[in-house]
Amino acid sequence: MNPSNGKGSVSMASSSGGWKAGDVVLDQFPAGLRVLVVDDDPTCLVILEKMLRACLYEVTKCNRAEIALSQLRENKNGFDIVISDVHMPDMDGFKLLEHIGLEMDLPVIMMSADDGKNVVMKGVTHGACDYLIKPVRIEALKNIWQHVVRKRKNEWKDLEHSGSMEDGDRQQKPSEDVDYSSSANEGNWKGSKKRKDEDEETEERDDSSTLKKPRVVWSVELHQQFVAAVNQLGIDKAVPKKILELMNVPGLTRENVASHLQKYRLYLRRLSGVSQHHSSLNNSFVSNQEAAFGAMSSLNGLDLQTFAVTGQLPAQSLATLQAAGLGRSTTKTGIPMPLVDQRNLFSFENPKSRYGEGQQQQHLSSSKPVNLLHGIPTTMEPKQLAALHHSTPSLGGMSIQVNTRGGQSNSLLMQMPQPQSREQILNESTGSHVPRLPSPIGQPIMSNGIAGGVIGRNGIGDSGRGTLYSHVPPTSSMVSFPLNHPTELASNSFPLGSTPRISNVTSKGPFQEEVNAEIKGSAGFMPSYDIFNELHQHKSQDWELQDLQFNASQNANPVEGNLDVSPSVLVHPGYSSSQRIGQNRTASAIGRTIYSGIEGTEQGNTQIIGQNLNNLLADNPVRVKAERIPDSCNQTTLFPGHFGQEDLMSALLKQQPGGIGSTETEFDFDGYSMDNIPV
Amino acid sequence: MEVGQMQRRLADYTKSLFMEGILDAQFLQLQQLQDESNPDFVVEVSSLFFEDSEKLLNDIARALDQQSVDFKRVDAHVHQLKGSSASVGAQRVKNACVAFRNFCEEQNVEGCVRCLQQVKQEYCLVKNKLETLFRLEQQIVAAGGSVVPMTELGF
Repeated sequence: MNPSNGKGSVSMASSSGGWKAGDVVLDQFPAGLRVLVVDDDPTCLVILEKMLRACLYEVTKCNRAEIALSQLRENKNGFDIVISDVHMPDMDGFKLLEHIGLEMDLPVIMMSADDGKNVVMKGVTHGACDYLIKPVRIEALKNIWQHVVRKRKNEWKDLEHSGSMEDGDRQQKPSEDVDYSSSANEGNWKGSKKRKDEDEETEERDDSSTLKKPRVVWSVELHQQFVAAVNQLGIDKAVPKKILELMNVPGLTRENVASHLQKYRLYLRRLSGVSQHHSSLNNSFVSNQEAAFGAMSSLNGLDLQTFAVTGQLPAQSLATLQAAGLGRSTTKTGIPMPLVDQRNLFSFENPKSRYGEGQQQQHLSSSKPVNLLHGIPTTMEPKQLAALHHSTPSLGGMSIQVNTRGGQSNSLLMQMPQPQSREQILNESTGSHVPRLPSPIGQPIMSNGIAGGVIGRNGIGDSGRGTLYSHVPPTSSMVSFPLNHPTELASNSFPLGSTPRISNVTSKGPFQEEVNAEIKGSAGFMPSYDIFNELHQHKSQDWELQDLQFNASQNANPVEGNLDVSPSVLVHPGYSSSQRIGQNRTASAIGRTIYSGIEGTEQGNTQIIGQNLNNLLADNPVRVKAERIPDSCNQTTLFPGHFGQEDLMSALLKQQPGGIGSTETEFDFDGYSMDNIPV
Repeated sequence: MEVGQMQRRLADYTKSLFMEGILDAQFLQLQQLQDESNPDFVVEVSSLFFEDSEKLLNDIARALDQQSVDFKRVDAHVHQLKGSSASVGAQRVKNACVAFRNFCEEQNVEGCVRCLQQVKQEYCLVKNKLETLFRLEQQIVAAGGSVVPMTELGF
């Protein structure tokens, strides 16, 4: 092809662009699209630049992520889309992705010569809108404009929704957060999920494309103002409206704040949970609570778990709660669920058994982990968590939700991707409480200890909690708490008191942070054994998918150790949920599954988590003492693997008096905005 | 030799490189990107590739020479080399890198050293071939002819 041909084809591409006629605002769109390319390989950088120029885009190239970030910050609104390499020496591509998502909200495309499923998954969970495998062909670059349009469309929709919600729904939902978050979530979700629908609405397309809503660029200063406002209000009380008022920035809308809040929560979760490299359980369904669900990926999983665990809420109940509260969550979970199912799903069978035993031990030994949970006051760990990190919107929303829900095992529930229905419910229910639920379950991944702690907090006495874990996905044969048996998360032992552990956990390792965060949230999470189990099970790979809140990114796997969370709650003695928790799933109900999952999943994670837990537990694998499990019913309920939502709900509700107390009452999903879970 | 002959020789030579798997379709993409506004694009990119690769190969050799080999580091370098060789179409180099990474994962020093030799060989090969190719192109242009990139791998 001689150059002219190439050009010709290029121009054709740009002009025809498959662009729906009506939608094109700018005649030449996508020509002129402002692209920023970041890659440390000079050869690739030059080639990409040339290709993008051939597509008639405006290209800026950088070979350092830091430089790219500063360029983006200086030129707010100066770029439409960013393409970044995954492996870079100065900063991990995923980290850059997060930053951009948080601060500038631009679509980001990842690329790498690495086409391993894990890495691609990580891209997805961290919010990349696409992933290209090197060598990149020019054909692949010709269509990147679609991401820009899609994003704008979603933003526009969000705006629309928020607006209407504002007017009409004030009364409907008590918490504004929910409104906004949901709308925001919906918007985001839409992007991911209902792409088709949106696409079909040409009209909207027109608007979105033509509209070009002035995108709010979250500069460092603005972001700091935001963070200050959030901290002032308290992460759990931080609703967009109030934040907006505090910030007092002219031209800033509540919608802007709401979507940013979601991201922030996910980010926090992620931070607290695990370093990014861990399974980007971005699914951090940082539910409204934002409970520490900052770190999307790992955090989410963990958070939920912890919450779940501590939440003592039967996963199911959590899910239901969440579902109820969130409403949306179902949808959300829907997405992650499929993924999660594979992983985690609480192979309750295993964890249960473990759980029982582990719990006790964990409880005992890991008094610390339990503390973690305790640390996460049922009331709302989210605050703490939030403080820890930016809660990144949980992908699955599930995990987060669980946690927020008052730390009930909801989070756990959420995490349990497997029983999708269940989990969803859990997520939903837990959503609000998620933060609360120490979701040890979620944590399982993170640190077994945490889970334990979390669970413990919830006054593990929640027999009902155990039910939460019912989701133990059969797939995860987590029961074998291989690592530390996170399941030992001592659901038994955790009786709510364990929450304090959670806090401990946080201090430990990355996961710990997440765990802590999560635990914090999940005051009464059921032992996130499940989560842990799940974590184990799904080694990083799955977990990432499982946004289920199991932030327990693989790192979290250590959960085993962390499963201090009174697994009892989550775990049925049989749960090796702790094992599952490898992933950062919100241990809550899910915890059980988590445990199983965790075990299955990376050992490494469990280790990490375990470490945390260990620290807490004093190196005792979280043993969920089966005996401890106060409620045999928990076990039964939990393990059956299919806890009727009703069961969970009731379990959860019953637990209220326990440490969970507040958490349960907090099942006001409304408050939890489902963060946009970039999927 | 007249232009027509030279052009034929170039075409045959290029084809042979593809047949031998030394270059792949990605190289064609690069050639297609070349145009009047950037007539030396392929040569420039290739030079960049050579420079970068040599540096990487040296880094890898040094890393493997250490008492305690940091496989992560080696793997990172190999990964980068894999990416850049894939981007320019140096297929055999890329394949050698893929094999290399497996040994890195296994943390097998001997295997890695062997792979490094392999990669180096392939790299030298593609470098020589490309330099010859560019020389041929230069000759044609100097003789007043034009170089038309292959539009497809016709074999």
